[in-house]
Amino acid sequence: MARRNNIWANLDWVTISLYLVLVLLGWINIYAAVYNEQFESIFDISQRYGKQLIWIIAAIIIAFTTIILEAKFYVFFAYPIYIIFVFLLLIVLIIGTEIHGAKSWFVIAGFNIQPSEFTKFATALALARIISSHNFKIQKLKSMLSIAAIIGIPAVLIFLQNDTGSALVYVAFILVLYREGLSGVFLFFAILAVVLFILSLIISTFTIFIILAVLSLIIFYFLNQRIKDFGFVLIFLIVITSSFWALKILFLPQLNFSVAIMIGTAFSTILLLFWIIRKRLKKYLILIFIFLGALTFSLSVDYVFENILEPYQQNRINGLLGIVSDPLGADYNVNQSKIAIGSGGFSGKGFLNGTQTKFNFVPEQSTDFIFCTVGEEWGFIGTTVVVILFLLLLARLLIVAERQRSVFSRVYGYSVASILFLHFIINIGMTIGLMPVIGIPLPFFSYGGSSLWSFTILLSIFLRLDASRLELLY
Amino acid sequence: MDKLSRRKFVIIGLFILAGLIFIIRLFDLQVLSPVYKQSATNNVLRKVIQYPSRGLIYDRNGELLVYDQAAYDLLVTPREVRKFDTLLLCNLLEITKKDLLDRLKDARDYSPYKPSIIVKQITPERYAVLQEQLHKFHGFYTQTRTLRDYPKKMASHVLGYIGEVSNEMIEKDPYYQMGDYAGISGIEYTYEKDLRGEKGVEYFLVDVHSRIKGSYREGRNDVAAKTGKNLICTIDSELQEYIELLMQNKRGAVVALEPSTGEVLAMVSSPGYDPNLLVGRPRGQNFQLLQSDSLQPLFNRAITAIYPPGSTFKMAQALIALQEGVITPETEFHCDYGYHIGNYTMACHHNQDFNLNGAISHSCNAYFSYVFKGILEKPEFGSVKNGYDIWREYITSFGFGRKLGTDFYNEQSGSVPTSEYYEDNVFKGTRWRVPTINSLAIGQGELEITPIQMANYAAVLANRGFYYIPHIIKNVGDRELDERFREKNYAIINEEHFEKVINGMEKVFEEGGTAYWTRINGITMCGKTGTAQNPHGKNHSVFVVFAPRENPKIAISAYVEFGGEGSSYAAPISSLIVEKYLTDTISYRRKWIEERMLDVVLLDPGTPD
Ligand SMILES: [Zn+2]
Repeated sequence: MARRNNIWANLDWVTISLYLVLVLLGWINIYAAVYNEQFESIFDISQRYGKQLIWIIAAIIIAFTTIILEAKFYVFFAYPIYIIFVFLLLIVLIIGTEIHGAKSWFVIAGFNIQPSEFTKFATALALARIISSHNFKIQKLKSMLSIAAIIGIPAVLIFLQNDTGSALVYVAFILVLYREGLSGVFLFFAILAVVLFILSLIISTFTIFIILAVLSLIIFYFLNQRIKDFGFVLIFLIVITSSFWALKILFLPQLNFSVAIMIGTAFSTILLLFWIIRKRLKKYLILIFIFLGALTFSLSVDYVFENILEPYQQNRINGLLGIVSDPLGADYNVNQSKIAIGSGGFSGKGFLNGTQTKFNFVPEQSTDFIFCTVGEEWGFIGTTVVVILFLLLLARLLIVAERQRSVFSRVYGYSVASILFLHFIINIGMTIGLMPVIGIPLPFFSYGGSSLWSFTILLSIFLRLDASRLELLY
Repeated sequence: MDKLSRRKFVIIGLFILAGLIFIIRLFDLQVLSPVYKQSATNNVLRKVIQYPSRGLIYDRNGELLVYDQAAYDLLVTPREVRKFDTLLLCNLLEITKKDLLDRLKDARDYSPYKPSIIVKQITPERYAVLQEQLHKFHGFYTQTRTLRDYPKKMASHVLGYIGEVSNEMIEKDPYYQMGDYAGISGIEYTYEKDLRGEKGVEYFLVDVHSRIKGSYREGRNDVAAKTGKNLICTIDSELQEYIELLMQNKRGAVVALEPSTGEVLAMVSSPGYDPNLLVGRPRGQNFQLLQSDSLQPLFNRAITAIYPPGSTFKMAQALIALQEGVITPETEFHCDYGYHIGNYTMACHHNQDFNLNGAISHSCNAYFSYVFKGILEKPEFGSVKNGYDIWREYITSFGFGRKLGTDFYNEQSGSVPTSEYYEDNVFKGTRWRVPTINSLAIGQGELEITPIQMANYAAVLANRGFYYIPHIIKNVGDRELDERFREKNYAIINEEHFEKVINGMEKVFEEGGTAYWTRINGITMCGKTGTAQNPHGKNHSVFVVFAPRENPKIAISAYVEFGGEGSSYAAPISSLIVEKYLTDTISYRRKWIEERMLDVVLLDPGTPD
């Protein structure tokens, strides 16, 4: 078939270009991050930047190999591949080597290989295979359970290796399931809970409260659309809340300002409940319950964390979240990272000029904190470009996924985009203080063979599937 | 369009939302935020470890023995170093240019990012000059440390010293970091965890010239250092000082205990050294000198030296014999210029009969040879070997031949050989014969006793049968004294037998007694002279004493190496210590003894007697 001989023409060169640009930018920034006058050449293989070049060349060879294989190969061998990698996860748990506290590495001939990096594409293949099978229906309990098993088994095994960051990535598959018909309620509550949980740990409850209150009002406005009701609710809230505040100033000066405001609002919200019931606006009850529920949730996360848990338990939760514990002061790494990024200003300090403030105390500057180097040396322009490049890649992947005729390819494509997205938000979010410090790499950017190769395989399999999109795969 | 495919808009919306949040946050961090705007002029956050001051050490009367003085380390972060005036820095630090460059290279090799110490322990005076100029040296900064200082130049062995932690210590206890100080010996070692306190950390913002611009987030991330606990030790510094004076120009050890508590009133190992020698930058050089000194001043003889007890052992023999009913105070043995059995002879100086009192006060070897034979051959014991095992059990109950469990660093157990030892090395399967091991009767032979065990023995006699484990610490901050120092340990001898032996010990200071010339009017001392055989030179002079006889306040053991008879040096020195401690002065009539002891030089081993 002529078409098959012409895979190269059918490949999506937009994705490939974005991939190459990101890999190249990553390499340049690794060079800047570990730049050392003694080993100036970017090709010096005794240094990380030299090694990264070797990883990149190897990655391109791997991508080439992945692409020349038949597309059908991935469909037919989806389960065997999945089983092999899950098996490897089990093996590494028993005989693996511990690096940075995570027992997730094989050390073979001086190379450190992390099998959990590769189970991502294996899981994506297995998920694609099961969802595309004929008797699959996401509403069926049996289907749900088999999906839960396919995603859950590797996630739990990786979690047991003490590599929580990598395990967290499996949350990404919720997006895929949502696209394939999972109720939006799941997605909504998953996102809400995760966002609230993380927010409760990194910003004050009061800020969360303000955000929730404003959001609820906006939603209320869009649902109701009547200026009169909206105005009534707004004025009612403000009056009751500020009278609580006035009471506090008069009688309870020792009471915290934000606590007074929150009590006032909660009280006025309960009063509003009666008004809503009387006005038969029952469908807005759910909104109020979500508002109160979310507020209680984030208050209790905060309260439990600060007051009930012993410091060692707090450390354990931080550990569960993968928050790096810093015995000499809270969020020291993040502050170093924020200062480095912030010090870049609008246009950055210039290539290699950021070296001297480079967060000397952040040990992972070329791996997990590589985004700091971008921020410091290329400034806001550089960081925005990187963020936009990632968004372009993600958008392109969704477009390509949507043009697939086979469910298998579409599910796989969504999986690729979702996994990259989760890495993207966790890694960059961490360096700019919007996420707890969870040590996972920035795709294509961070130093390291395992992660670069695994993302390359993940992506190139999708490119291969896409190149055969006109054939009947399944 | 498939209904579900519309969900792609939700997903892409999420992607864009996350991207927007990031870009807004980045705009805030990089363009708007004034905190980081400041940082745009190369502000750096610097983490400075705050070293706590080490706990102080006081003597039992509240006199300060050890305190802290400030010193400064100069650190460098190689990656922050810019071109600077090397000559000026060399002059400020008093080091050569080559030295400076070598140290910079070492720091660079260690890590370009992490600070390394370039010069340690800069004095406050030099620091004042350096600090003014420091802004000219980008990448260099200072850190405060504390050093020990000793207002009284004494008790060096008891107090011990601190030094830089070794790699093994860092591995064992992650609290320590390269360059930290920790106790290496003495109280500094034993009570390290109490004395060291807890390190803190401070965060500073520093500008391009390494100048501190202020604390970071108003110090919200700082952790204050916790000062170490102060210790009150049991030493009486006046007494300690006096004994050190008496022991000058002599080799040996003196330990003085308070029998009613087990507290160490004084512990002297001579020759000693000035503790200030092991502080600050000259420490390394001085340590080398002290270590290579043939008189071994670093060696704490009071805890680690082993000597035979000599005749001081005779009270223990008498007590065991009384307990076993082998003798009564009235039992007499004849001394015919010694003890003769078969072709074995133990020489002595008398030709008369002795009862217990006389035998102790005249230190008759023959009498105690009969006593020892009587114990070991007691018919109920069945065999000499069995008798020896029982005898050894009595002896170890006095605290001999095992570690007492004190709070001293490097305490030694000494040795009272087991019956297996004699079986394997002496009798080798033949019948046990008492004369073969008769030297034990008078405290010679294979016995190895440390001075502190000997002082503890004097305390057992003073207490009529029990002792508290000797210890050097009265009080650690607000912590109670360790349980083991508060309970009585008993020698397995009935209390009533002690008075019989103590009668003899009192007679030692009466006319005809071996230490008659060292008596003190108005104080009833109970003591015993001894001579420890020394194969390498003149014998060692030994004395144990407690006083007063009723409600004893002090128990002493004294060893003066190469001093010959116990009566010649150890006894007079001990009597001076007793007098000083109990009356606070030396009486006019005994001044000549004090002068003689101060003047005598006994550092030459001489030839064996
Ligand atoms: Zn005699």
